[in-house]
Amino acid sequence: MYLETKDVVKQYAHHLALNKVSITVPKGSVFGLLGPNGAGKTTLIRIITRITAPDSGEVIIEGRPSRAEDVYRIGYLPEERGLYKKMRVGEQAMYLAQLRGMTKQDAHRELMRWFRRFDIMSWYNRKVEELSKGMQQKVQFISTVIHNPDLLIFDEPFSGFDPVNADIVKNEMLRLKEEGKTIILSTHNMESVEALCDNIALIHKSEVVLQGRVFDIRKDHRPGIFRFRLYGNGFDLDHPSFTLLSKEPYHEFIDLRIRKAEGVSGNELARLIFDHYEVVSYDEELPTMHDVFIRTVT
Amino acid sequence: MTRSCPPCTMFLSVPSPENRTYGSKILLSFNPHQSQTYMNKLSLVIQREYITRVRKRSFIILTLLMPLLMVGLSFLPLWLSTLNDGEVKQIAVIDQTGIYAPLLQSTDSYRFEIVGEKQQPDAAAKVGKELFAILQITGDLSENPNAVSLTSEKQSPQELQSLIRQTLREKVTQQRLDQLSQGGNVDEEAIAQVREILDNRPSVTIQTLRMGGDGSVSESSTELSTIIGMVFTILIYMFILMYGNMVMQAVLEEKKSRIVEVMVSSVKPVNLLIGKIVGIGLVGITQLAIWTLLAGGLFSLLSLFVVAPEQVASMSEGMGGMADLNAMGNMGGMELNGIMGSILSINWLEILLFFLLFFIGGYVLYASIFAMFASAVDSEEDTGQFLTPVTLLIMFAFFAGFYSVNNPDGPLAFWASMIPFSSPIVMMVRIPFGIPLWEKILSIVLLYGTFILISVFAAKIYRVGILMYGKKPSLKEMFKWVRYK
Repeated sequence: MYLETKDVVKQYAHHLALNKVSITVPKGSVFGLLGPNGAGKTTLIRIITRITAPDSGEVIIEGRPSRAEDVYRIGYLPEERGLYKKMRVGEQAMYLAQLRGMTKQDAHRELMRWFRRFDIMSWYNRKVEELSKGMQQKVQFISTVIHNPDLLIFDEPFSGFDPVNADIVKNEMLRLKEEGKTIILSTHNMESVEALCDNIALIHKSEVVLQGRVFDIRKDHRPGIFRFRLYGNGFDLDHPSFTLLSKEPYHEFIDLRIRKAEGVSGNELARLIFDHYEVVSYDEELPTMHDVFIRTVT
Repeated sequence: MTRSCPPCTMFLSVPSPENRTYGSKILLSFNPHQSQTYMNKLSLVIQREYITRVRKRSFIILTLLMPLLMVGLSFLPLWLSTLNDGEVKQIAVIDQTGIYAPLLQSTDSYRFEIVGEKQQPDAAAKVGKELFAILQITGDLSENPNAVSLTSEKQSPQELQSLIRQTLREKVTQQRLDQLSQGGNVDEEAIAQVREILDNRPSVTIQTLRMGGDGSVSESSTELSTIIGMVFTILIYMFILMYGNMVMQAVLEEKKSRIVEVMVSSVKPVNLLIGKIVGIGLVGITQLAIWTLLAGGLFSLLSLFVVAPEQVASMSEGMGGMADLNAMGNMGGMELNGIMGSILSINWLEILLFFLLFFIGGYVLYASIFAMFASAVDSEEDTGQFLTPVTLLIMFAFFAGFYSVNNPDGPLAFWASMIPFSSPIVMMVRIPFGIPLWEKILSIVLLYGTFILISVFAAKIYRVGILMYGKKPSLKEMFKWVRYK
């Protein structure tokens, strides 16, 4: 267990930002921190990164309460991120790396490596204000990972990136995971959650309402919708054990979406259809994280 | 190089060969040498704040040109006033008594022309064209001092008024004395003596001496103390306002560019604030040091080349008229050697030392306040509501300093130089006049005590404020932040 929070509570003047939030982030995995705007994700991240302190509860790292030095092992890319506009790119990256505890020599060597890797060596002496937003994001990403931290926290890392650069970042994250880093990813982009995350926690109205492995969560949230592809040109079966959602002809087939009634098992439903029609294929729809999210918070 | 880090060693911080130094540094931070990294980060922040500002072209230009600009600005009005001399203004004099008109001597700038009474409508029509003004005297001024008027289209210059006033006053004095002697009741000789006294107005120079605590008496120059006091008051006022504002801009910049959250994930907000205030303060001290060296150099250059005394005299006369500082006008009367001597007799070291102490105190006090309010808002436009009272406070201090010059030991000067919000500015007026040591020490202790309290308070608000975006908080909400964990 690399990181966990135990009953973290944070109260601001007029609202409770976090109410007994406990999450468990396994080592070497990508953990999705999801939730609507204002749910308390950023507050939780700020507590993990020790920017603010919880009113009660604690952050546990490797089984012991987190300490001030732990910030050297955390790389944090906040949602609200920027750079000093008047500084040169290289200078700025050096500054941030040194603030994260690196020596000048180490910082310089690592920077060179990353700049070469992202093919942005030519920006080294440019002023930040001359760069486009996407270019600045790359520099920010480098500043986050430069000190080789064990825990990486990305808050909306893909906003502002074009699809090409978003893929670069996505691949970098997967590579970091392979290296054994633990990653917390907070995003509204549910496709990337499915593609990247092993586990998630969904925070809604200051509380964790859903937590677990992505696959388990999707499995548990199956809405009971089945897709059948049948031979023939008609479907007129009516039975209390299902409701027909849609019926589409497809070449010489018919595609059906049907929802099974409560108390009916998937097998019973399949048997019923198989009895009456010639079935080419059938499967049960797994909900997308998008569906799970919407269903949980509304 | 591979950045692989086997999971088993990950949490033990065993350094991989490539980043051995870095790894050992982490290990170091786990042991009691924590203060080392703390100081390291703080010094990094200070360095950045300092270096990025000092190497700015605007800073270098301002620092080198400001002294020249100041000298230039004080001489510009003088130069401009000489420009005006080219134009000769015509003044028609209509004197019904005929006594005064012939006495008015035309100068380089004004030409008086006697005009008969009948031509008055003619002259009146010409005012504002060929004629600048009409001077009309309708009766004996020794009997009726109000029987004179000066009519012009534009505001008539002080210079012209005083020229006419002086000529008329002298004549009226003569007339009165004549009347007295014609009365026959007064001794002729006595009147002759009075005339002589009036002709050669005696001038008195007061030698001002100060008694020190040990009974020693030292020469002091009130005029010079006034000038030095004013210069340093203006300087410290400017410095506090300028550098306090710079801190505010810096806080706003970090908030607006959204870098602040990146920063506080590796630096404690308090250190970020301290680093910013110290770094920018050092920029101010650098500027002060450069100015001191430049001024010192300029002065030694001046003392090497002998300046013609009349030049100095006319210079200070001009400045006196310009700034309406009587003290400066009086300087004209002093010998050049005397001025140089007085300048050398001032305890510059003491003044500069206290300037530094009061600048640091006042700057940190106001910079903390500026930073506190800047952290709570999202943009410059929102700072107004909070900053107006602060600016008024500084303005009050500035004016208190201005008035204290007349009475540097009076109650206004004393109390304003004890209250921490005005003491840095007002105390600088008083120090050149020489004040007891305990007052200076008490003032500094009060100032430093206050800034420690205020900056701790400001840091607590700053810490929360920098991460708050959106709605502008009320003062009440800001005070609640202080209690946040």
